[in-house]
Amino acid sequence: MKKNAATIFELGKTGRGAMAQRVPSGGTPANIPESQLRKVQPALPEVSELQVVRHYTNLSAKNFSIDNQFYPLGSCTMKYNPRGAHGAASLPGFLGRHPLAPEAVSQGFLACLYDLQEILKDVTGMQGVSLTPMAGAQGEFIGVAMIRAYHEARGDLERNEILVPNAAHGTNPATAVMCGYKVAEVGLDASGDVDTEALKAAVGPQTAGLMMTNPSTCGVFERRIREISGVVHDAGGLLYYDGANLNAILGKVKPSDMGFDVLHMNLHKTFATPHGGGGPGAGPVGVGERLLPYLPVPMVGERDGVYRWMTEKDLPQSIGRLSCFMGNAGILLRALAYALMLGREGMHRVGEYATLNANYLASRLEKAGFELAYPDRRATHEFVLTFSKQAKSMGVTAMDFAKRLLDYGIHAPTTYFPMLIAECFLIEPTETETLEELDAFVSALAAIQREAQSDPERLLSAPHDLPVRRLDDVKAARELDLVWRAR
Amino acid sequence: MSEIPTELRFATSHEWARLEEDGSVTVGISDHAQNALGDVVYVELPEQGQLVAAQHEAGVVESVKAASDIYAPVGGTVIAINSALDDAPELVNQDPYGAGWFFKMEPADVEELTELLDPEAYAEICEAEEH
Amino acid sequence: MPFIPHTPDDVQVMLAEIGAESIEDLFDEIPGELRVNELDGVPEGVSEMEMLGLMSARAAADVAGVCFIGAGCYDHHIPAAVWDLTARGEFMTAYTPYQAEASQGTLQLIYEYQSMMAALTGMDVSNASVYDGASGLGEAALMAMRANKKIKSRTILIAETVHPFYRETAQNIARHQGVEFKTIPVAANGLVDMSALDEVGEVTAVVVQQPNFFGLLEDVDAMTDWAGERGAFLIAVVNPLSLALLKPPGSWGSEGADIVCGDGQPLGIPMASGGPSFGFLCCRDKLVRQMPGRIIGRTEDLEGQPGFTLTLQAREQHIRRGKATSNICTNQGLLVTAATIHMSLMGACGLKQVAERCVAQTHKLVTALVSIPGVEERFCGPFFHERVLNLPRNSETVVSMLLEHGILGGLPLGEHYPGMEDALLVCATEKRTAGEIEHYRSALQMCLES
Repeated sequence: MKKNAATIFELGKTGRGAMAQRVPSGGTPANIPESQLRKVQPALPEVSELQVVRHYTNLSAKNFSIDNQFYPLGSCTMKYNPRGAHGAASLPGFLGRHPLAPEAVSQGFLACLYDLQEILKDVTGMQGVSLTPMAGAQGEFIGVAMIRAYHEARGDLERNEILVPNAAHGTNPATAVMCGYKVAEVGLDASGDVDTEALKAAVGPQTAGLMMTNPSTCGVFERRIREISGVVHDAGGLLYYDGANLNAILGKVKPSDMGFDVLHMNLHKTFATPHGGGGPGAGPVGVGERLLPYLPVPMVGERDGVYRWMTEKDLPQSIGRLSCFMGNAGILLRALAYALMLGREGMHRVGEYATLNANYLASRLEKAGFELAYPDRRATHEFVLTFSKQAKSMGVTAMDFAKRLLDYGIHAPTTYFPMLIAECFLIEPTETETLEELDAFVSALAAIQREAQSDPERLLSAPHDLPVRRLDDVKAARELDLVWRAR
Repeated sequence: MSEIPTELRFATSHEWARLEEDGSVTVGISDHAQNALGDVVYVELPEQGQLVAAQHEAGVVESVKAASDIYAPVGGTVIAINSALDDAPELVNQDPYGAGWFFKMEPADVEELTELLDPEAYAEICEAEEH
Repeated sequence: MPFIPHTPDDVQVMLAEIGAESIEDLFDEIPGELRVNELDGVPEGVSEMEMLGLMSARAAADVAGVCFIGAGCYDHHIPAAVWDLTARGEFMTAYTPYQAEASQGTLQLIYEYQSMMAALTGMDVSNASVYDGASGLGEAALMAMRANKKIKSRTILIAETVHPFYRETAQNIARHQGVEFKTIPVAANGLVDMSALDEVGEVTAVVVQQPNFFGLLEDVDAMTDWAGERGAFLIAVVNPLSLALLKPPGSWGSEGADIVCGDGQPLGIPMASGGPSFGFLCCRDKLVRQMPGRIIGRTEDLEGQPGFTLTLQAREQHIRRGKATSNICTNQGLLVTAATIHMSLMGACGLKQVAERCVAQTHKLVTALVSIPGVEERFCGPFFHERVLNLPRNSETVVSMLLEHGILGGLPLGEHYPGMEDALLVCATEKRTAGEIEHYRSALQMCLES
């Protein structure tokens, strides 16, 4: 791989440009006063079209991606992103549709959204779904805002606290705070389940709700979920389901049956839409009956085969609009295309084969001498491995194993999360990987383990074969260099 | 095993406090704390003249992978801050009890210092955390 | 089995390794009463061919005609190279660049993006994107609340000439933290009513949009100085394309804006029903630690070679949890990829020419439409590429009639601004031809005569 890190700016020359993209300008507008015009041109690159194509093609080659590598990032569900779904969302009629086009010329798009709402209702067991949230974290925000609206509408104004298990994603407490709540954390017992005694002690008249994932971020299914939902409901709180791990139970368990009142789904995880190097996602929310009036707008309604937007006029208690138009519409179309191809049977298989792959991998790694964080539990769609022993005996950390895996052409699993397990990997193979790929992963980790014994420096200084060696993130934070300047 | 100077008092949240001859109290974080955080990249200090209650937030210390609130070990007024940390946060790692100090306070009630941990008690806490 | 590669033999090998009889056994920790088998609401699965058949029919049903609607989403030309490159699997199917060494492509690209956005807005720094322009304004408001420690009020002034959906969204995001939005009314000339500012007490920030929702140019210098004199932050909502032509927020007034946000859709993102697009957020150096979302920094590797990595992560939810600057995690990375490539192809000159052509085409459109008796410009001030027209009858009715002529005629304003039931917001981008403009004119004339 090329080790050149010249930026696009450095490739440019004054007066150069992609001239096929220039349009006849029409001249400096006479109506705009001089004081409103820009005096100095912005320092954008001055490069030819070929230079642009070559530069970004070469940059793309410096990325790991699902299309290139096994990418077993825990809690991220890096499964195959079907090209057909991308093709469907890229149809000219969808790409060219203006968000404010009248309903009469939007029936195709509206029908797609309506179908997706119905499918998501069924797989979660919820009574209503709104598709507007643009990512999981925004879905969480909207979900907790609905919990708040519910309590406020009942005049139940003393509830000021959201409970989260301490293994939760950081978005959970951050969301609760954004919604004006205090956060109280609840611990886990030794087997990875929520400590229900601690939970009972924590709930009270201040409890607005509990946010949790199930399976949890520890890669185990919370067995006492019905008891937990009972405890929270008895205290007058509501239950929020963080759908980050829905892939584990898709088609197997409906969050509504576990007692959840509101949830979000990460379509960029469970419904195979591409992660795009950090987004876009889509985080539709679903609610049970109690929260139906508060769903965010716009939603899509149907009568006699005619689809229409539902706004605050239809839903006067709605928590309102949280995106300019209809969220990440194109991602919703991809998710629908995926769901249509999977169908009912395919939906059941997602959770089944994701679980099969994870348990197979966990079993093989354990036999290869690696330590599972919860050896007595079934893995769900993911599981936690801990390198505490290696860190103590050989001085190599989970991070060193992770960086060395990159040299083997495998993207590292999630590292150091959940935070309560030391030196850990959270590994999620997903259902779309072959047996051979899983075996290769085991072989790679075993080889690295041997290296750790014979030549630990090989790990400590990894990666060796990537476009860059290990990066100095302390320097990055201490000597901030966030924008390119001519130098 | 981290260094624990004997003339200091400590909070369970790992701040140290030193009573100076002029009656002011200097505050920083312990050697154990800087070790646990790793390379410090940024310190957010309170403002000079700010009133802070004991055990209340008076700043933040950040490493690349973590951020911790700094709590005032005693209540009082902030009378000086170590602005050298703006450009050289690594002083917290290099010299946590000297050049890496955070701020000085005029304590409202100097007796509050006695409620803090003595070096032996603090050493026990550190030992427990290291295992 | 769509997308699942296992053969029956594979399954047997794997179950034997695990020591399970069947896949069902792997779910034995889940209480029986929770297990479901019914998914009646999900149709039977279909092949890719059949799926594309259905989706194509639906997409084709929405091909409505020539677009003269703007209002926050614009029909610009996108160079072919933009999405050819953006759709490469290496960009599209990568995750957030947490493993920096395996993500240098995305990381360097975002660093370049940050640099371009800072240049375009005239600000010091940019983050790696937020969801969209409207939610970006909500984040900007919360950021101002955290950063402006001089002002104790929790009030933000927002001009009524800011996009109505932006105002709604920002309020819905920020209100839970006790932020109160006060609206500065629109004056008869379609601009912020500066005289209404005199009665306002202490405020944390002022929000102004340039060009404003009606396409008009606000007196941003005066607004910025007004805010600066009172210790309030100036939050600018801008169209990034317009900045190739108009004075950037960093140069507004004597001190410039403090925070700049907006929607990146005009930079190479298809309209696509409004999403996915991306929101951008830029600010002054001194505010960077209050910025939400990801930020990329340049650094070195252990051999001293330049490289790129996520930085200032201690602000973010995965480290700071309940005390993070925001809960945002996933952003709009792929759209930022497209915008970066778009800006590289267009350059400052190319963007400026597109901006100028949009102004010119909108002038032609307005001239053509006001030649029809009863059609008038509602406001007279200078404008960018949108204009409000008064029609002789209800604009929503007229827009429906125009559909039959293959014209998406604009946005009727009555729903958003009571009293403007006859007003229509129109837009012409560089794509609108003289022929299309003439077609709109004749269609409108017919509709109004009928």
